Amino acid sequence: MNFHAVKAIYRYEMARMFRTVVQSIVAPVLSTSLYFVIFGSAIGSRITEIDGVSYGSFIVPGLIMLSIMTESISNSSFAIYFPKFTGTIFEVLSAPVSYGEVLLGYVGAAATKSVIIGTIILGTASFFVDLEIAHPVIMVAFLLLTCVSFCLFGFLLGIWADGWEKLTIVPILVIMPLTFLGGTFYSISMLPPVWQTISLFNPVVYLISGFRWSFYENADVSVFLSLGMAVAFLIACLAIVRWVFKTGYKLRT
Amino acid sequence: MQAVINIKGLTKTYAGGFDALKNVSLSINKSEIFALLGPNGAGKTTLINIVCGITRLTQGEVLVDGHDIVSDFRLTRAKIGLVPQEMPTESFETVWNTCRFSRGLFGKGASPEHLEKVLKSLSLWDRKDTKSMELSGGMKRRVLIAKALAHEPEILFLDEPTAGVDVELRQDMWNVVKSLRKEGVTVILTTHYIEEAEQLADRVGVINNGEIILVEDKKKLMREMGKKQLMLNLYEELDDVPVQLSNYDLELSRNRRRLVYTYDTKGEHTGITDLINDLRRSGIRFNDLQTTQSSLEDIFVDLVKKT
Repeated sequence: MNFHAVKAIYRYEMARMFRTVVQSIVAPVLSTSLYFVIFGSAIGSRITEIDGVSYGSFIVPGLIMLSIMTESISNSSFAIYFPKFTGTIFEVLSAPVSYGEVLLGYVGAAATKSVIIGTIILGTASFFVDLEIAHPVIMVAFLLLTCVSFCLFGFLLGIWADGWEKLTIVPILVIMPLTFLGGTFYSISMLPPVWQTISLFNPVVYLISGFRWSFYENADVSVFLSLGMAVAFLIACLAIVRWVFKTGYKLRT
Repeated sequence: MQAVINIKGLTKTYAGGFDALKNVSLSINKSEIFALLGPNGAGKTTLINIVCGITRLTQGEVLVDGHDIVSDFRLTRAKIGLVPQEMPTESFETVWNTCRFSRGLFGKGASPEHLEKVLKSLSLWDRKDTKSMELSGGMKRRVLIAKALAHEPEILFLDEPTAGVDVELRQDMWNVVKSLRKEGVTVILTTHYIEEAEQLADRVGVINNGEIILVEDKKKLMREMGKKQLMLNLYEELDDVPVQLSNYDLELSRNRRRLVYTYDTKGEHTGITDLINDLRRSGIRFNDLQTTQSSLEDIFVDLVKKT
């Protein structure tokens, strides 16, 4: 294994995060804090408890998921797209590194950033609402699975995109609606039956539901199903990434 | 001579059906400077990119130090450094950090001493903490060379390294290339400046339309394919080359004041003595003479025109 290469990519990407700390960390934390203020305190105070949990506390897992999903995609897609855009990707392509090592470097760094953001938001949330984590190990498992899976997805997006518009169109037009409709701010049991059924086709529902279960033991779907879906998404992303590297899709001519 | 790169029957057909390389075979010797010349679109960059692993080959085999570039890619790529034709740089990174990144990427542990040596040799040491975006074009080119040398490669590909740089920088780079050769590094150079190949190369390869049309020792090539000309400045204008001198390969200049004699340097007799005697006998006097030898550029242009 080319350990030095993994370390070089990882360190390079982490340095980028610290160089743009306002954009990378402060901005998502600020926007999530605003959600807490608006939905948790202002509007949430007028909403009754959901499954025995105050509305402010109820939205915390969903907001963390919302943030880490969007940040994971944004960080990892940019990490691979920018070298493609500037042409510096030639160096990675000509280096003695396997695709696994490239992934470890880029996706590892992007996932680390997401975990940091998730942790900071969790800490920030504790200033606004009472928090309890019933199953910390499961919570960490969901956090890591989601960060890695969505970083892989973002990595694929960065490889696929051949322009800035494509890079932003998927997070805005696909991921954001799926996240908002995935139960970030509500339990899908609050929806009419038809919409409940439709929601089950949204993969984000399973991630948020499982993550929320690890906090309050309340879930829209079985936690095992949620875990299974998270693992399935991870495997699907890994399989596509493997195919991309094997065929050289949009990387090697 | 031990071949460090061995290319056999290399073919590259792009997705659109364009044949960039057609059955190319080529050997590069260890510690030589090899100049690969060719017009735009001849296949130079494709060839380099395949050896470096950036582009996939369609058919054929490439061995680097005896190892296959596909199955033993870790071994082969670790030996190679590449300075690309374009100038892609990590704009927001400092010179030092970007070079440290390159070294790590190619599997080498940190070595501040080596990076310092490389940066000093390229006159970049005092700019080591400068971001790439703040550097001039010439300096960026130096950074790319420094990055390629950061992992101490045994083989260095320079794809038009001096395109767009000033004369002083070009001279600096030539000195770096010469010193690398002394250290045993094999250098493969593509350039549009034939003068560069003439100055640096031990051997020259010419590629056109995806085919290698010639590989030759540079000095031998210039000796065998080069022409030499004797130019005689005349006292008086001539209307035409006199009939009695028709046996010589003579041309009269437009202003009719200069005779140009082209002769073969390989021949036993150049014919110069006979020509001067015949000129005297014909009453043609001259007040100055000079000789010129065709450059590698002339040879290159001739070769490409013929293919």
